[in-house]
Amino acid sequence: MELNGARILLECLREQGVDTIFGYPGGTILNVYDEMYKMEGVFHHVLTTHEQGACHAADGYARATGRVGVCFATSGPGATNLVTGIATAYLDSSPIVAVTCNVSTSLIGKDSFQEVDITGVTMPITKCNFLVRDVNTLADTVREAFAIARSGRPGPVLIDIAKDVTASTAEYTPVPRKTHSKTGHLGALMQRYDFKPPEPDMEDIQRLADMLKESKRPFLICGGGVVRSRAHEAFRTFMNRVDAPVALTVMGAGAVPGRDPHVTGMIGMHGSQASNMAVDACDLLIAVGCRFSDRVALKPDTFAQHAKIVQIDIDRSEINKNVQTDHHIVGDAGRVLELLTPLVPEMHHDEWKAEVFTQPTETLYDEHPGCLTPSQVLSTIVTEAPDDTIVSTDVGQHQMWAIQHFHFDYPGQLLTSGGFGTMGFGLGAAIGAQTAFPNKKVIHVTGDGSFRMNCNELSTVSYYGLPVITILFDNATLGMVRQWQTLIYGGRYSQTTLDRAPDFVKLAEAYGLNGFRAASVEEFADAFKKALQSDRGSIIDCIIDTDEKVRPMVGGGSHITDFMLN
Amino acid sequence: MNSTSRHTLAVLVDNEAGVLSRVARLFSGKGYNIESLAVGTTDSPAISRITIEVIADDKQLNLLCNQLRKLICVHSVKSLKPEHAIRRELMLIKVSSGDSVQRNEIIQIANIFRASIIDVSKASITLAVIGDENKVETIQNLLAEFGILELVRTGMVALERGQYTIDEQTKMKGEFDYGKNVLQENYYEPFA
Repeated sequence: MELNGARILLECLREQGVDTIFGYPGGTILNVYDEMYKMEGVFHHVLTTHEQGACHAADGYARATGRVGVCFATSGPGATNLVTGIATAYLDSSPIVAVTCNVSTSLIGKDSFQEVDITGVTMPITKCNFLVRDVNTLADTVREAFAIARSGRPGPVLIDIAKDVTASTAEYTPVPRKTHSKTGHLGALMQRYDFKPPEPDMEDIQRLADMLKESKRPFLICGGGVVRSRAHEAFRTFMNRVDAPVALTVMGAGAVPGRDPHVTGMIGMHGSQASNMAVDACDLLIAVGCRFSDRVALKPDTFAQHAKIVQIDIDRSEINKNVQTDHHIVGDAGRVLELLTPLVPEMHHDEWKAEVFTQPTETLYDEHPGCLTPSQVLSTIVTEAPDDTIVSTDVGQHQMWAIQHFHFDYPGQLLTSGGFGTMGFGLGAAIGAQTAFPNKKVIHVTGDGSFRMNCNELSTVSYYGLPVITILFDNATLGMVRQWQTLIYGGRYSQTTLDRAPDFVKLAEAYGLNGFRAASVEEFADAFKKALQSDRGSIIDCIIDTDEKVRPMVGGGSHITDFMLN
Repeated sequence: MNSTSRHTLAVLVDNEAGVLSRVARLFSGKGYNIESLAVGTTDSPAISRITIEVIADDKQLNLLCNQLRKLICVHSVKSLKPEHAIRRELMLIKVSSGDSVQRNEIIQIANIFRASIIDVSKASITLAVIGDENKVETIQNLLAEFGILELVRTGMVALERGQYTIDEQTKMKGEFDYGKNVLQENYYEPFA
């Protein structure tokens, strides 16, 4: 059938099973929004306050569901407002498709109103991006974009469509998703790599099995790759079979239940002593879906210095990028572990585990009489909130506290910007997750610094009646930066004091949400219960001490067991 | 530490708009200056071959190659070892020739270097030279005293010696293609 470009785009989204879109309209994307209007009821469109919020929401939706998140924005400033969101998704390998419309083909390159070369801008932060100038290529491009976003190592893809393309018409034939990889440009792309079936190398896997049999002190790192490919079942089976202790990276949270007796906690800069000591003492380190970022392998030269390092990753370019490995297997985490597990005998490493678990896996924070502590707040949430609660965070001290205290049970339960460290990510992500799972509790943990950045999205929370609970650790400072200033910069608190407006309780009320303030654990428990029962969104402004720190801490570039704070 | 040296990379890419900027961007993004760059089509009209020369140490070179291989538009990447590769570039050089004595001297130099004379006017001679950077730079230095009016170099192109080609199916290439290969079939199903 003959359809205009806007309709073809939307029909292609329907082919992909997309039902939720986060976006913000504008001049060049009007045709698309007009067609969406005519297709009333097909898509649930969430209108955010700002394009950045839409992009974070699509990202949060993708992380929580494992499906591709979709966001729309107009040209120029609309498109550039997506950039931080796209980079956030790129660094954490989250599959999103961002659709922007550009000025008409005849106006491109003339510095037209709201024109920007967004494919040029987003080149380093997308897996791939497209500028569509011909309506006849539109359907194929959308199919290819989704396939690329979701497959291999997932990531963001941007499609920029010239406005006249959305208006001009072309023949559109629906193609069921099952046959996408056999038709059109995508089919041709597949043909290029058809010399070898997509399977990991069995010799590599056998070699790892042999290494495991020789090892007395094996140690596992579970990274974000396990979460992204939903390989948690395979990982848990493997872990139980080899009976090795496991450290979780920030991105790996939820792949193994946090309370599992094999888990040594987080690893790296704010990793537990058990994790950091174990990685230093092990004789075989198997990292699954982990890229040894500088927050994990703080000093690559001495990282796991007594161990043979084995890296399992789907992205060949991650092998030997940050840490030199002794062996690697390229493949999907789930598939590699499924093939590996039967080759290893049932093992027991009680002595080694006993040694590892003499070190604390969690941080015991001090209580301060008469003062609310993050530990009290988070412990209350752990007891009161349902076990399957989804937690989104911003970036800073509160992020580390939240990950240290919550025990995540399934992938997609923690939504946090680990790689890019985007302050202001959490509220958008919470909106995305709550939209995907209206019946789950979604808690957004933030700090006063991060929250100020994108709290404009409270209007989205309010309008769509999302019962997101924002836990705001209010220490009137940029906490993590202040912690560094205290420890490394001689207490010179340059531009980190945030003793300023707004009054967050009044802000909540202004948006039609519940606002609470808590300065003691009793006040917090009371407020949190009320928030849980409310069908409206809430903000709980938790007044905590300015100099509360994240512990332990290893300085950037230091050896992993040289704790600066214990 | 590894010491830096000049490396020649051969890259097969889709012959499409924007591909060159994707490839070139990787070098600037990682802080490397492209010493030489040459692009042209191959025996397949859908595929272009880019030859890039860059100064890096072995580790950096490896990272660059890996980032290149990740791009969807890149088919294969090979670092050509100087001892196993034939490298050539073409230089067109326009030299001023005031009188017949000078003109004869220039022609003699051209003959020694097997450069061809492709244009002559009353006051200038234009030569075409093919060779590696040593030959090209030597003739350039010799001609400098006559006064170089203008010169242009194509950038180095290179092929491996012997029967080896860029299309060899090595294990590493297979591993990189795996990441793209997962596109296959039911990429969406586990989550649908």
